[in-house]
Amino acid sequence: MKKNFKIKIAYISTYVLFLVVSFILGYNPGKEIAFNFISFLIYMLKILPCAFILIGLFEVWVKREVIEKHLGEESGIKGYIWVILLAGTIAGGLLVAFPVAYSLYNKGAKLSIVFTYIGAAAICRIPMTLYEASFMGVKFTAIRLLVSLPLVIITSILLGEYLTKGNYKMAEGK
Amino acid sequence: MYYTYTITGLILLISFIANRGKTLKAVKISIGKFIKIFPTFIAMLILVSIILFLFPDEVISNYLGNSSKFISVLLASFFGSITLMPGFVAFPLCGILLNKGVPYMVLSAFTTTLMMVGIVTFPIEKEYFGVKVTIIRNIISFFIALIIAIITGILFREVF
Repeated sequence: MKKNFKIKIAYISTYVLFLVVSFILGYNPGKEIAFNFISFLIYMLKILPCAFILIGLFEVWVKREVIEKHLGEESGIKGYIWVILLAGTIAGGLLVAFPVAYSLYNKGAKLSIVFTYIGAAAICRIPMTLYEASFMGVKFTAIRLLVSLPLVIITSILLGEYLTKGNYKMAEGK
Repeated sequence: MYYTYTITGLILLISFIANRGKTLKAVKISIGKFIKIFPTFIAMLILVSIILFLFPDEVISNYLGNSSKFISVLLASFFGSITLMPGFVAFPLCGILLNKGVPYMVLSAFTTTLMMVGIVTFPIEKEYFGVKVTIIRNIISFFIALIIAIITGILFREVF
């Protein structure tokens, strides 16, 4: 872990150094990269605090039994419907989906449901879908949703089963 | 964006009124989790900033518009996998490409991989789920995107 951390520090400082030198020498690619970095940083800082606050509240308020009952081993088809609805209403795409999925898993959601959540959060967030349809047409969006959702669920179940057989556990304390 | 903040604020307020102690604990958990993952986010942003410089929108548009359908689908999935774009940038771009005559199936491959496959989000995903699962999930998602693209192509009568 410590070694990892050192590599990260070295990587980040090299990058910062490169940007600073670019600015001093007026090297345009360096400036463009800095601009990309800052615009994405701002974009993320707009979304992430909300997401993490909600995750914190979720951890404190939602009882483990509730998640186990509705999204756990015994949950059945309803569990998938619940988790897709949950994914559909949360903004932010994959970046937000990962920590949320991790919290769901730690509260007792089963693996296939966790992966369905990630897939659904990527492809069928409701606000994004409406936005997409306005640019690409309803037919395009409908095809994408109707084809992708079953595939996401099926592959999540297969992946969940495969990992459960191998006694897979997620890292702790993230 | 403002909705998200309003709703989060409201929920936080309700939680605070219901139970101060629990709410403070929740905020502590939030901050702790955020700080833990933040260096990884920065590492990811560095990757994103470089990749977006190497493959700006114009380059992507150029490639997607000027090759045969099947090569375009593959290129589109490649670009979608390696880049990261918020939806509010990606869909208008796709709208423009559509008007330029880029087939639906190519744009389907691009948007789906963009949303589901994350090479640049790899550092974050692996922090939570481990390297193996991250690789498997991304490969599966890539093939799902290809299947969606092919079916989109068939239903829009662009192939077969």
